[in-house]
Amino acid sequence: MTTSTATGTTTTVRVTVNGDAREVSVAAYRPLLDVLRDDLGLTGSKECCAVGECGACTVIVDGRSVNSCLMLAGEADGCQITTVEGLGAHHGRLNPLQAAFLECGAVQCGFCIPGMVVSAQHLLDTNPRPTVEEVREGLSGNLCRCAGYNRIVAAVLATADAGHRDDTDDIDTEIAPEAVAGTVDQ
Amino acid sequence: MSTATAPPTSGLPAPNLAGTVGAPAPRVGGAERVTGEQQFLADIHLEGLLTVKLVTLDCARARIGAIDTAAARAMPGVVDVITAADLPDPMPRFGPVFADRPILAVGETKYHGEPVAAVVAVDRDTAEQAARAVLVEHEVLPAVLSVATALADDAPLVQEPQLRHKDPLAGTNVLKERRYGWGDVDAQTADLIVENTYTFPMVTHFAIEPHGAIAVADDDGGLTFYSPVQHPYLLQKLMADLFELSLTKVHVLAPDPGGGFGGKQNPKFEPLLAILARRTGRPCRLVLTLEETFQAVRRAAADIHVRTGFTGNGRLVFHDIRSNYLLGAYADIAERVVAKGNYLACGPYRVPAARIRARAVLSHTTPSCAFRGFGTPQINWAVESQLDEGARRLGLDGLTIRLRNLVAKGEDVVPGDVPADGHWEQTVRAAADAVGWHTPLPPGRGRGIACGIKSGATTGLSYSTVRYLYDGSVLVYAGTSDMGQGARTIFAQMAADQLGAPLAKVRVVSGDTSLVPFDLQTSASRSTVFMGNAILRACQDIRTQIGQMAADLYRLDPTQVTVATGTVHLPDREVPLLEVMQRFLGRLRGEVIGNGVYRKRDMPDHPLGGDPAFYEFNCTAFEVEVDRETGEILLHKHVTAGDVGKAINPLQVESQDEGAAIMGLGHSMMEHILLDDNGRIRNLGALDYRIPTTKDVALDLHAVMIENEDGPGPYGAKGVSEGALLCTAPALAAAVTDATGVVIRDLPLTPERVWTHLQLANSEPDRDPGGSDA
Repeated sequence: MTTSTATGTTTTVRVTVNGDAREVSVAAYRPLLDVLRDDLGLTGSKECCAVGECGACTVIVDGRSVNSCLMLAGEADGCQITTVEGLGAHHGRLNPLQAAFLECGAVQCGFCIPGMVVSAQHLLDTNPRPTVEEVREGLSGNLCRCAGYNRIVAAVLATADAGHRDDTDDIDTEIAPEAVAGTVDQ
Repeated sequence: MSTATAPPTSGLPAPNLAGTVGAPAPRVGGAERVTGEQQFLADIHLEGLLTVKLVTLDCARARIGAIDTAAARAMPGVVDVITAADLPDPMPRFGPVFADRPILAVGETKYHGEPVAAVVAVDRDTAEQAARAVLVEHEVLPAVLSVATALADDAPLVQEPQLRHKDPLAGTNVLKERRYGWGDVDAQTADLIVENTYTFPMVTHFAIEPHGAIAVADDDGGLTFYSPVQHPYLLQKLMADLFELSLTKVHVLAPDPGGGFGGKQNPKFEPLLAILARRTGRPCRLVLTLEETFQAVRRAAADIHVRTGFTGNGRLVFHDIRSNYLLGAYADIAERVVAKGNYLACGPYRVPAARIRARAVLSHTTPSCAFRGFGTPQINWAVESQLDEGARRLGLDGLTIRLRNLVAKGEDVVPGDVPADGHWEQTVRAAADAVGWHTPLPPGRGRGIACGIKSGATTGLSYSTVRYLYDGSVLVYAGTSDMGQGARTIFAQMAADQLGAPLAKVRVVSGDTSLVPFDLQTSASRSTVFMGNAILRACQDIRTQIGQMAADLYRLDPTQVTVATGTVHLPDREVPLLEVMQRFLGRLRGEVIGNGVYRKRDMPDHPLGGDPAFYEFNCTAFEVEVDRETGEILLHKHVTAGDVGKAINPLQVESQDEGAAIMGLGHSMMEHILLDDNGRIRNLGALDYRIPTTKDVALDLHAVMIENEDGPGPYGAKGVSEGALLCTAPALAAAVTDATGVVIRDLPLTPERVWTHLQLANSEPDRDPGGSDA
């Protein structure tokens, strides 16, 4: 891989995205986010701020979570990429974290959610038993204007807790009730 | 907990609450959102789609000279370039109330980001390059950017007087002045008078989905729009009017917005796209950058002067309010914002006399529009803060003074208007308890509490059609825009409950004006009540028809048949609803179609054109600590309590309340749009405009729902989703004052501002923060 490709030149990018080998020929200045969305048809990752601040475009590249709006597609040549579309335990099913997001009420308008879920999954993959502070810090680069933060954090903690108590990927794993933030008072 | 019996819901039988209503049913569309399958506007692919890019100037106000498009047109891949010269003269204008917004700027730009031209190209990169190649000769002109400059005698006029026929204010920058009040303020005697000026900043919605739309020119001369618009039927109507088409020729497809918050209510760029689609013969799509989105929508800023009289024991005697809201260059729905917010300026209290003079003031800035709270957060910031100052001067605490003045259920809020529709004291006490108001306060901390009230929709009209299919599955057609509040979910829950159908067999159809019957709009927290009641009536229509089927089938008089949710009661037995339908329809199958309408009529003599369908009442409380060295506020506890009537889906209500509470932290602590002298927004985009992140949430955020089933909606529901940000700012500021002694009357309470006030207080400890003893 070279980072000195002249602007305007087309570059060939070979990546493995969600387990599939893909190859595209793109202008060298194209961001990874654009190529994922427009050339590879993976519209799950979203564009919002385009300056790496909001996290809506978060994907995993060779085991690192990145803002794909800030990465040139050419820089990903030869890399393994996971997008939100690749998180499901099996094609079409939800993984435990995705299920927890729904059960904990962490999803509202949904626009931040792909980036949020990818960031959260990466957090758990690298830190299986995070504290509340570590989850907040780890997700502080993912903006949510619906501000479902409390429930998002609860979903991550619930998944961590369930994963620790039961090491399978079964999506029927019980979500610990005390991990759900907020209570209903009448 | 219910302390009141459920009110009659338009004569319907008492609903069966054993169903999913009241339960945290899974969010419809949730799975699609966590997998990335959900199609937002920018994800939609159409054959031949062209990309549009706006050409704008780097200042607020400029005289537009020659526009040279030659270089742009010559670029390979550029399909079209359009300026005002390509549009009719006079320039067509549109808007939800005032038709003042031009399709493209003509003669003069009026705000930073107003489009002067547009390019259409085969892809985004080409469009961006071409937009940069369009050369616009222009002369920067002095811009009106504040209330003070707008009201100065020699202020330039933001809107040409000829656009405001017969308006006595046409020669000023005051779009409208509203006067509300009762009693005789000047005749009142008060033991204490508190007088202050408060400011509320310009802030922007910052939905994570930037704005965008697609227009397609249909072969029959009609238009199709894809727009994540909160009001699809309003967009349809405005485009039909503008392009002189019948409604059948304007088709609006509304993908779920990735956040709306009011900013996506009204059309902005759809007319331009329609013209481009017709000129090019291809679908044209505009997706704004986040920076362009900031330039497109915001909340009205405000300067509010309040003089308040109290008795010696803290009872309110009068409020004398001069409220100036700074709108942008075009009215959008912003005048309504001023009217609605200031009509309830006095809040949920007993106020013997009030004088409210509220002005909507134009400026050369981003058009302000609807934004969650709709004018209430600004006025509430001022009036609730006045209560706290009165309390401090009289030796009372914030809770005591509010309870002393709070109206009881059934008491007038605005004399002669809809009385208080909730046991609001219960909500206040719940918030106080949740924050631990009566427990010892740890050293170095402070507590604050505030109330907020907002009028629900004052008029409205929603239609729903429900189709009960042969296999017992249900289609609910409901035109509400589901932008995160979970409208589709509660509609499914209600229909499932009303027809005794399993939730998994109910599907809600929305977002298509050709398929779905009319809904006025999605705003004012109205949809649970308005569309919910329409759905209930549609289901009742189905039950009535099936009751008649039963009478026919079993050879009974119709009076011998009653239909509850899911079950038909005959004299000698019960038969499931589904079985009756299937037996009656027989081999040919078929379905039963129910229609429901819920309408709240105009009241032309009412100052708001209608009275509130319900009130959203909220009480917010904080416990904070302030770092005196940095001015940072640490939120230990943040409580929001709302009088919700009935939480159809408690998980969704809590999510919305928590979300609104955190959004309220935005304008309270960190958000403000900054302009330079030419009206250029200096902090466009996510790097320089800060919204709350996970790290800004209180250590303990707690949402409380008071459910007395005393609302006009299904199952006694009221509207929710705006309450929790109505009084975030005054509650927080009161907590900061309690912790530090400093009083701050300008938002946001940034660390810099708090620190500066702390320094001033240290250097001038005897300085009177304002107000006087009468």
